[in-house]
Amino acid sequence: MLILLLILIPLLGGLLTFMTPSSKASYTAIISSIGTLIVAGSIYFLYTQQRNAEMFAFDAQWIENIGARFTIGISHGLALLMVMLTALAFPLIYIFIHHQKRENKSVFYGLMSLAQMGLMGVFIAKDALLFYGFWEIALIPVYFLSSMYGGSRRIAVTFKFFVYTFVGSLLMLVSLLYIYQHTNIHSFAWNSFVEAGRNLPLGSQIWLFCLMFVAFAIKMPIFPFHTWQPDAYEQSATPVTIVLSALMVKMGLFAVLIWLIPVLTLGADYWMNTIMILSVIGIVYASCLAMVQTNIKRLIAYSSIAHVGLMCAAIFSQHELGIQGAIVQMFNHGINIMGLWFIVSILEDRLNTQDLNQMGGIAKVAPTFTIALVLISLANIALPLTNGFVGEFMMFNGVFNAASPYRVSLTVVAGLGVIFAAVYTLSMIRKVAFGNVNTNTENFKDLSNNELFILVLIMLLILVLGFYPSLITNLIAGN
Amino acid sequence: MNAIVVSALLGVLMMFSGLFFRKSKQIQALALVAFTGLLASTLYDKFLVSGSEQSFFGMIHLDSYSAWFNVLITACGLMYVLLFHKNIAEVGKNDAEYFALLFFILCGAYLLSSFSNLLIMFLGIEILSIPQYILAGSDKENIKSNEASLKYFLMGAFSTGILLMGITLLYGASGSFDIMSDKFTLQFVSLESMSSLSFSGIMLLIVAFGFKVSAAPMHFWTPDVYDGTPTAFTPFMATIVKVSVFLAFIKLFHFSFGNINETWQMTIAVMIILTLLIGNITAVYQQSVKRMMAYSSIAQAGFMLFAIYAFNTTSWKGLLLYSVVYTLASFGVFAAIIKMKDQTYEGFNGLAKRQPVLAATTAICLLSLAGIPLTGGFFAKYFLLSATVEQGHMIGIVIFAVLMAAISAYYYFKVIMSMYFKDGDAELIATPSSFENVLYIINAAILILLGLLPGLLLL
Repeated sequence: MLILLLILIPLLGGLLTFMTPSSKASYTAIISSIGTLIVAGSIYFLYTQQRNAEMFAFDAQWIENIGARFTIGISHGLALLMVMLTALAFPLIYIFIHHQKRENKSVFYGLMSLAQMGLMGVFIAKDALLFYGFWEIALIPVYFLSSMYGGSRRIAVTFKFFVYTFVGSLLMLVSLLYIYQHTNIHSFAWNSFVEAGRNLPLGSQIWLFCLMFVAFAIKMPIFPFHTWQPDAYEQSATPVTIVLSALMVKMGLFAVLIWLIPVLTLGADYWMNTIMILSVIGIVYASCLAMVQTNIKRLIAYSSIAHVGLMCAAIFSQHELGIQGAIVQMFNHGINIMGLWFIVSILEDRLNTQDLNQMGGIAKVAPTFTIALVLISLANIALPLTNGFVGEFMMFNGVFNAASPYRVSLTVVAGLGVIFAAVYTLSMIRKVAFGNVNTNTENFKDLSNNELFILVLIMLLILVLGFYPSLITNLIAGN
Repeated sequence: MNAIVVSALLGVLMMFSGLFFRKSKQIQALALVAFTGLLASTLYDKFLVSGSEQSFFGMIHLDSYSAWFNVLITACGLMYVLLFHKNIAEVGKNDAEYFALLFFILCGAYLLSSFSNLLIMFLGIEILSIPQYILAGSDKENIKSNEASLKYFLMGAFSTGILLMGITLLYGASGSFDIMSDKFTLQFVSLESMSSLSFSGIMLLIVAFGFKVSAAPMHFWTPDVYDGTPTAFTPFMATIVKVSVFLAFIKLFHFSFGNINETWQMTIAVMIILTLLIGNITAVYQQSVKRMMAYSSIAQAGFMLFAIYAFNTTSWKGLLLYSVVYTLASFGVFAAIIKMKDQTYEGFNGLAKRQPVLAATTAICLLSLAGIPLTGGFFAKYFLLSATVEQGHMIGIVIFAVLMAAISAYYYFKVIMSMYFKDGDAELIATPSSFENVLYIINAAILILLGLLPGLLLL
């Protein structure tokens, strides 16, 4: 029953926030998100203690006619990690933007809470139809958020994003329906899907896999389905960009791991090489583009494509270590990119620009800020002793040991991505923090208290998980 | 059964009420009471008359599904009258007659849902259509309304001829009008038992039904008629009328021609593809929201054709759900259109700031039309697609349909973008009263409820 709260608190909190006046809206949202975090924390605790399994599973009749049930639960470390990431991200975002000015705060925070509900649902649904429902529900509030808040081109850009993902999810729906018709007892449960998938012939698995993978590839995004992403990241307001990049991207990876590979195993084997090649192309392509960006938001957007590409390649290496590395990285990437967006948000707030060429010399005026910037950026390039390193190492190991004829060349080319990452991230640090102070940056104020609080938390997470990666790896070992 | 008689009598009553009541308010009130009475009589048919019922010399056969369908379309009709009764009365001077015609249309709908004889089916379609020709032209001063009426009438007369020809051929082949009789059913047991005469008859029936439900390539009348008809009547014509014809369509084809579904499924499949393609693509290019809704109703008909195409029980459930959800969602959108001074997309700019309730409920209705989860529209589409996948072959058409659904999201979301994200002062003809706002909310709440628990409808 406890797990039901993960959905109920954000839902009720969101609805309540819509009704609270704008000046108080952030408090309702913060309280509900902290409530969710507490619930997620207790589930984490109980899970690691290996007890009270019934506390984190819930099952009820939903639509009797078609055998759809409202089944949610956390039965593996991946779901738990994603729930933790979601539960952690929202209070951080809320506290961070607490002082920022914004129109219609109650609408903003209400939609954010609803997005959190959708995301939670995706990660804990164990019924395919429920999963699909949450998948779409998560999209709608984000669509409204991105369209209402952000840059001048936001409406068109967000619409492109929406159409892309909507097409993808509809294709996924067809695939789910087909598998559903081949389950023995006409059920949407994950188990029966896996069983039905096992009995499907290779011929149908091949095209079913395509339909589903397109949906997930758009969400991640994997080259060549990524074209919506840089625009959307650039034009959305930073809190929304965090939801998009730290959390929604993980929906795609999560779905591949839980709903795609176990269900359509033969199809996954068949497409494995193609997808790894696409992912690696994506890594190099996105890294090259990141190097020439002058807009800091676009730079981070492309860097995110590169990172996700590596995770996807590692997942499809079908090697245990690679998959575990991808899971570790899913969590850590969420933390790191959230930190980066906070940094960007501070820069954008104070300098009113996203152009890297107009920044410079911030290290002299704001040393604390620069420490945060450097540390989070280093985590982004996966320097040892930061949280990014372990996952990246495991992923490369996985790609290298993949059952693919191209494994060596794939690893080498993907390895280029790491070097490129160092190039663009370090040059970003240089352009932002070093060089001469210009008129734009001379009055740059150092971190305020709540900004400091949030960034220190993130830096702590980066370092702790860098020193003790076993905190995560223990969770996922063995499943 | 009772509903057929009651609706006809109430129609006559409404017609004469114009003589006794001088004030339009009184007539509207009477219409509301009469609709509630009609709803009660359909409920009586559904829940208090035991089992399926045959009457009128075996020409009418009301089974449980049809009775439930009658209840639902009557409830939707009540919602329609509640939402639009003022606008109906404002169309012209003959308000009593307008309401009377609505009752006659419903009488035709009940006949269509419970016929067991091709003659009754024909009667039903005619009783359903003729009042619409009048309603389409009810705004006599308006040339577009006249055009709509004339166009509808001419095209409708043609399709009636084709329908009759089809029935005649079927009669010639089987020797009976009664679709329950042995004579009739034996003709359609298998492909071998079927004569080419009845094959031609079936094809003609498909054309005639296709015309009535505005399926391509028999859809050309639809945009002009829906656009020219006074906005108060368009929602009724585009929804309740259309879904009633769909029920007759599925009844005839699944009950009587089910065993020989190979002969007509391909035709339906081609119709689905054409309808979805033409409806959706053309809707994208419309400037006026009302005209967009006309094309979207073509596209939605394309989706409902899946119910005919897929020969299994899921498609029956799907049709029921789709009918209700599509009807209510269209009402919600038309409720906004009818309030707008400028019915183009620009006219909706900034509606969210001026009328938050109307904008929010319209957005929910549009989301439902687009088939987004959490609204009834999702499950409506879900059931029909599921039925088609269950059919087994032709998955391609399902993939095509979902791509078309994505295109439909484009033009539905354009309205949402106008209302929420664009600045402007959407000018209204009249601001919604608080009673109307409550109705909008109820309408949207039903859609969301059906999106959470579609099982509620599938008794």
